[in-house]
Amino acid sequence: MDFSLSKKEELFLQMIREFAEKEVKPLAAEVDEEERFPMETVKKMAKIGLMGIPVPTQYGGAGGTNIMYGMAVEELSRVCATTGVIVSAHTSLCCAPILEAGTEEQKMKYLPKLASGEWIGAFGLTEPNAGTDAAGQQTTAVLEGDEWVLNGSKIFITNGSYADVFIIIAMTDKSLGTKGISAFIVEKTDPGFSVGKKEKKMGIRGSATTELIFEDCRIPKDRQLGQLGKGFGLAMKTLDGGRIGIACQALGIAQGAMDETIKYTKERKQFGRSISQFQNTQFQMADLETKVQAARLLCRSAHYKKDMGLPYSADAAMAKLFSAETAMEVTTKAVQFHGGYGYTREYPVERMMRDAKITEIYEGTSEVQRMVIAGKLFK
Amino acid sequence: MNLTEYKDVYVFAEQRDGKLQNVALELLGKARELADANQEKVVAMLLGKDVKPLAQTLIEHGADRVLVVDHDLLKDYMTEPYTEAITAITTEFKPSIMLIGATTIGRDLGPRVSARNRTGLTADATKLEISDDEAHEFRMTRPAFGGNLMATILCKNHRPQMSTVRPGVMQKMAADASRKGEVVDYKVDFDVKKISRVKLVKTVKEEKTVADISEAKILVSGGRGVGTKDGFAKLEALAKELGGEVSSSRAMVDAGVMDQSRQVGQTGKTVRPNLYLACGISGAIQHLAGMEESELIVAINKDKFAPIFSVADLGIVGDLHKIVPMLTERLRTMQR
Amino acid sequence: MNIVVCIKQVPDTTEVKINPVTGTLIREGVPSIMNPDDKGGLEFALQLKDKYGAHVTVITMGLPQAEAILREALAMGVDRAILLTDRRLGGADTLATSSAIAGALRTMDFDLIVTGRQAIDGDTAQVGPQIAEHLDLPQVSYMADLKYDEATKTFTVKKQLEDGYQILEMQAPCVVTALASAVQPRYMTVNGIVTAWDKEVEVWNADRINVPEDHIGKAGSPTSVFKSFPKQLKPAGQTFEVSPEEAVELIVNKLKEKHII
Repeated sequence: MDFSLSKKEELFLQMIREFAEKEVKPLAAEVDEEERFPMETVKKMAKIGLMGIPVPTQYGGAGGTNIMYGMAVEELSRVCATTGVIVSAHTSLCCAPILEAGTEEQKMKYLPKLASGEWIGAFGLTEPNAGTDAAGQQTTAVLEGDEWVLNGSKIFITNGSYADVFIIIAMTDKSLGTKGISAFIVEKTDPGFSVGKKEKKMGIRGSATTELIFEDCRIPKDRQLGQLGKGFGLAMKTLDGGRIGIACQALGIAQGAMDETIKYTKERKQFGRSISQFQNTQFQMADLETKVQAARLLCRSAHYKKDMGLPYSADAAMAKLFSAETAMEVTTKAVQFHGGYGYTREYPVERMMRDAKITEIYEGTSEVQRMVIAGKLFK
Repeated sequence: MNLTEYKDVYVFAEQRDGKLQNVALELLGKARELADANQEKVVAMLLGKDVKPLAQTLIEHGADRVLVVDHDLLKDYMTEPYTEAITAITTEFKPSIMLIGATTIGRDLGPRVSARNRTGLTADATKLEISDDEAHEFRMTRPAFGGNLMATILCKNHRPQMSTVRPGVMQKMAADASRKGEVVDYKVDFDVKKISRVKLVKTVKEEKTVADISEAKILVSGGRGVGTKDGFAKLEALAKELGGEVSSSRAMVDAGVMDQSRQVGQTGKTVRPNLYLACGISGAIQHLAGMEESELIVAINKDKFAPIFSVADLGIVGDLHKIVPMLTERLRTMQR
Repeated sequence: MNIVVCIKQVPDTTEVKINPVTGTLIREGVPSIMNPDDKGGLEFALQLKDKYGAHVTVITMGLPQAEAILREALAMGVDRAILLTDRRLGGADTLATSSAIAGALRTMDFDLIVTGRQAIDGDTAQVGPQIAEHLDLPQVSYMADLKYDEATKTFTVKKQLEDGYQILEMQAPCVVTALASAVQPRYMTVNGIVTAWDKEVEVWNADRINVPEDHIGKAGSPTSVFKSFPKQLKPAGQTFEVSPEEAVELIVNKLKEKHII
């Protein structure tokens, strides 16, 4: 058993850290304040292969591991959670299902453009009436001749208004329940497809979270992804992978808040000494650091299993549950350590606290993660 | 190599467009001291085109002898002809010590000359001395490891013992018009073919409003705590009121807020103004290396533990964004 | 076109701290990095690779762990990496260092040799010009920009000066020394990192370079360190934590006392 990073991973960490510090961090406050999608950052990430880290080189990807991908999401989120989720949704929720279930033609058509960042990817499962109960899909897909015709809408779609390619889950046969759900690849230029309203969010405000609308949206028959009726399974599997990405995002937010708090408590003086010298600070920070390290080990172990082709569903759930709750705890306490300043936008911890909350909600709420973990325990 | 054949202290008298550079005079001041310690002569090497009239200034500042190499090929500094001229001099006259200003010219010329003569070269010395023991060793002390450490370097068995010295580090002698010296025209056979390998297309002067910060008597210097161009505008207002210039730490240059020509420190300029007012500069060792010789150092910083306070004559723990404008206003009213 | 870029692994001197009690350097935990000016030079070389398909080799002289910066260079896109390492090369000053590197370069094909202007651990700016001298090549130091004309094999170099710049022309083969501030080095690519260990790092020893023993290592170094010591800072003055109004008074009084105003 070896817990250390390989030389490749160390070099990767050196690169991604420098990239995050120099290219991403300076924009973080502005992107949040203006609710602006950082397209320029996406272009820079695309250039060095960050939009297709675990995609094999034969499909134009970087040929890296999921461990590296997780490190990237962590380091990006450490300085800007918006940037972290853009990469996570693109990679885990769009590239991954195409890799998992796509035909060779589909892989060759979509992956090179996605992995090179020329196209941005998104994933549509959630509907107004199908959140945690994802099986209640109301979007329908009906085969008419050589075309699938989609009708309905998806909500809370990350990258929505900037994505070129969408993995859409829809009901193809309501009578079969979850076995009547299938997956499709929709392009933004497809007739009958449109992007609806953009959400005004508490956190990750730079990520474009939108509604997707399908009004007699016609796509060629060969855009069906995976087998007919296997869409629900694909969606669940996709979310298993996505959860590790979000776990890494949460971990990054937590680490970022730790960094800020360590710096601040060393600088800030009250009663004649740095507040880092008070035992209350030291003990609380020691507890938080322990949790952050534990979260990192859970994230890396889940990605390791994914890389090794081992089952990782419960590991992903545990990584996400623990990392998300750790992020929430660390950021809340970080604001407290910063006192009144922490509540202002002069310091980044209030943004981190707002950003952290979503990690307990999307790609399966903490309650869903507990269901998954318990499901494995009591099966 | 018979070391006893080598004697005297030679100084490269850098000139640009027929104007002697201050560092040349500073080096003469130090060379005078070194030569006197060994009862030797100070020889200035003056290279250029129509530069002979400058020889008198060199004598007034400490040279006993000026070797003038006047040639079309030496009009603008170019590596090869300058190296050839200096090497011709070292070959014929066998200097014991050679000092060169650590300018972009001197730091191009020095290593080339040292390699051609297979001798040692100490970069950017801050202290040069002849040991007062029997050995009469030439000791060259310079910062190393990013200014964190000082190292004293010897060049025992090779001559000339070469060193570059940064502008502003040594003190020039007051000009003495009564000093007498010898001016010698020195002819060099240039290797024209070798020289023609590099062609100067043009030299462009960048007319910045900058007075050279290493010449300024008063510097108002800003660091990370100043933050932005707007922040520096406050410093400029104060500098104007004090009749000084604005300088900067490396952080603000790297951040693109300030121009590199205004950077103080290990990788920037060495300054020793009468007043160095450090605003929002934490005082990394590299920065201190460039300004700690200032006559009076006043520091304003939010962090009580900022290392800048360890070199400051007066330290103020506080917000420069409040204090600087108030100080500017106060000085303005005092003027009236 | 063949380009060789000389790079050095250096301690990140901005991370160095002084032990406040003993006044000595704390070297522990100081990361080793590719020297910034060298990385700038490498970027210039890689831009020529992008434009003209130049073949880029990096060479470093140092301890075996200097391999790390060669892998980094491979991940940035260089074609070949050489590690010159040998105990006989140790203890070298700039002249002996440049002699050894020049010896290695003599065995290679090149049109252009790129070095950084200076390394942050020594700040001497000597090794580049000295390499040029040993190889009897023309040089331009303080390079802020580089252009190439394929037809005439001419390099046009912008040389930064204190008060402006020069434009100079040189024909291959020649040497330039680059400024880090002139260029933004590219990031390693993810695929570059993944494949950086698939390529060989050639390890050369002193026998490979054919330079006389008395020109390398300690024996080939005209200079020696007589002693080294931590920098003495002048004693601190007084520091006050007061209101802005009082601060202004203190400063004004000090300036008056020293006859600044």
